Amino acid sequence: MITFDLKTRVIGAALIGSAAMVAAQQPAPAPPPRQPTSVELRLTGDSGTPPRLAVPDLLALSSDRETQEAAKTIGQVLWDDLNFEREFYMIPRDTYRTIPVAAAIDAVPFDRWRELGADGVVIGTVRRTPTGIRVEMRMYNVRARQSAYGREYSGSAANPRVYAHTMADELHDSQRSLRGVARTKLAFSSDRNREPVAGTVERREVKEVFVSDYDGANQRRVTINRNLNITPSWSPDGRSIAYTSYRSGQPDVLISNIFAGTMEAPTNGVGQNFLPVFSPDGSRIAFMSTRDGNPEIYVMNRDGSNVVRLTNTRAIDVTPTWSPNGTQLAFTSDRTGSPQIWVVGVDGGGLRRISFEAYADRPTWSPPPYNEIAFAARTGPGYDIKILNIGSGETRQITFGEGTNESPAWSPNGRHMAFTSTRAGRTQIFTGDRDGRNIRQLTRDGNNWTPHWSQ
Amino acid sequence: MTRKVNSLMVLTIVLAVLVGACAKKQPPIARPMPPPPVNTNTPPPPPPPPPTPVSEPVPVPPEPLVEDAIGSRSLDDLNRESPLEPLFFDLDSSDVSADGQRVLQSNAAILKQYVTWQITIEGHCDERGTAEYNLALGERRALSAKTYLVSLGIPADNVRTVSYGKEFPFDAGHDDAAWARNRRAHFVITAK
Repeated sequence: MITFDLKTRVIGAALIGSAAMVAAQQPAPAPPPRQPTSVELRLTGDSGTPPRLAVPDLLALSSDRETQEAAKTIGQVLWDDLNFEREFYMIPRDTYRTIPVAAAIDAVPFDRWRELGADGVVIGTVRRTPTGIRVEMRMYNVRARQSAYGREYSGSAANPRVYAHTMADELHDSQRSLRGVARTKLAFSSDRNREPVAGTVERREVKEVFVSDYDGANQRRVTINRNLNITPSWSPDGRSIAYTSYRSGQPDVLISNIFAGTMEAPTNGVGQNFLPVFSPDGSRIAFMSTRDGNPEIYVMNRDGSNVVRLTNTRAIDVTPTWSPNGTQLAFTSDRTGSPQIWVVGVDGGGLRRISFEAYADRPTWSPPPYNEIAFAARTGPGYDIKILNIGSGETRQITFGEGTNESPAWSPNGRHMAFTSTRAGRTQIFTGDRDGRNIRQLTRDGNNWTPHWSQ
Repeated sequence: MTRKVNSLMVLTIVLAVLVGACAKKQPPIARPMPPPPVNTNTPPPPPPPPPTPVSEPVPVPPEPLVEDAIGSRSLDDLNRESPLEPLFFDLDSSDVSADGQRVLQSNAAILKQYVTWQITIEGHCDERGTAEYNLALGERRALSAKTYLVSLGIPADNVRTVSYGKEFPFDAGHDDAAWARNRRAHFVITAK
């Protein structure tokens, strides 16, 4: 999870109308008998269905344009974030444009929301402060006419989406015991700048590493090597990206510390090195190297020390991915004639083949609770994303021949996947749920490849 | 033990010479000639120089004319119309075909003439493989080409390899012809 500089305050889950205030202010001296410092109530839907939720625009309490726009943006983005996890039934926003935004936080027209069929409604305000904005949001239980959840955030007005993402993650955590992904990021490689690689007679375009929010917003470039920079992989703390760079003319593993603006070269030009992936604790990196004359899988410490070779065949061994507990690696090997997914212990033991496809590559091991590996499988002229359940050995397919679909990468909660697809023309980054639903296109500029999802 | 090693080395050298001799038996590189002029009033142009013998086992000073034609060109010009032909591969394969062997023998002959040249062999793949696996397959293609060149007597130190997977296709098309052009070991002269 990437942290943002937002100040958060829990605001009491106040009952509205005739009900008493049950939530103490924060910090509250707790009078006897002890009251909880805040009461956060779970919203429920009718008999097991997801709660129906409405998120209208927030109310701008200052008249400047920035505050007005922040109020609109936060409402829309919060709706999108909550919709993404499918834990709530999100009522389409245009069905309640006519319901007046509450002028004050306790002037909510509950009858109108009830009429709409909402179980909950999120009402919020945005106010200008000397240093930025203050955003207050409450989720109301429409039937009980009480506040079920409240937060107040203050910080910069530069990126109002962050307030919505933070609220969404906290709502999912509190209401659904779910780790949301609204504050996670994607890294990928793109040729959108159309800059030529220097020193070749052929026209070749550079690929640089870009990052974006999980929903594709805020795309920005994080490498400036003007060569091939591909297959990025986040460190678990979200502060570094390891990738394959041809900066020196030879493929090598580089690590960009994207907030510090520094770079590390752990393999330091020893042989040719590709496809780095951080271990789940961030202390080690698995990668493919041809330093011993053939593509093999290696593991090293993050600083490049203690390089251990894990495979030793005349065949191709490539594309490592870590198991969530860091004790095993899955990788691609063509030692049986075609590329297939194999698993090996980090100690070199327990080698076994787990895929039986025409051609399989780019395994990516799901975080818990799912014990699954996604990969790209050749299903015709192109590829589709398949998911192998390691426990049962069963494989299911989640894309079905719309363009070619490659390079799957799990979201940190295992509920979504990023991948590349040519279904819309050029190669672009898409996300979809683990059942193949809710496919969304994130990139449109140039071609975009090899996505990886931050923790 | 030492004797064994020595005799192995002798055998290797003999084999290398034999391979070189075999290479010499290949037809010389055919270069298109302009058609003879129809008007016979002007004196006929001098006959074309005989094909330069290539890959002689004994050192022969390079032919000055050839030196002018190839050796004097800039690196960029050389790479734009390279005397080193690309080597093409079958789908999902890094094996050097019979045609590929002929290409490499011809390239080796040129490299033996220009012994100071440094080259990089780029391994390329078509878009039908996955991006990640193709990084390894491209590397294997470049290494296959290098290994064969070295077996023909080209010093390994003069040859670097780099895999570009399917990152830099030569032909942006999506048909058999484009794919065939993109499955290649591509030769770049980096120093002369």
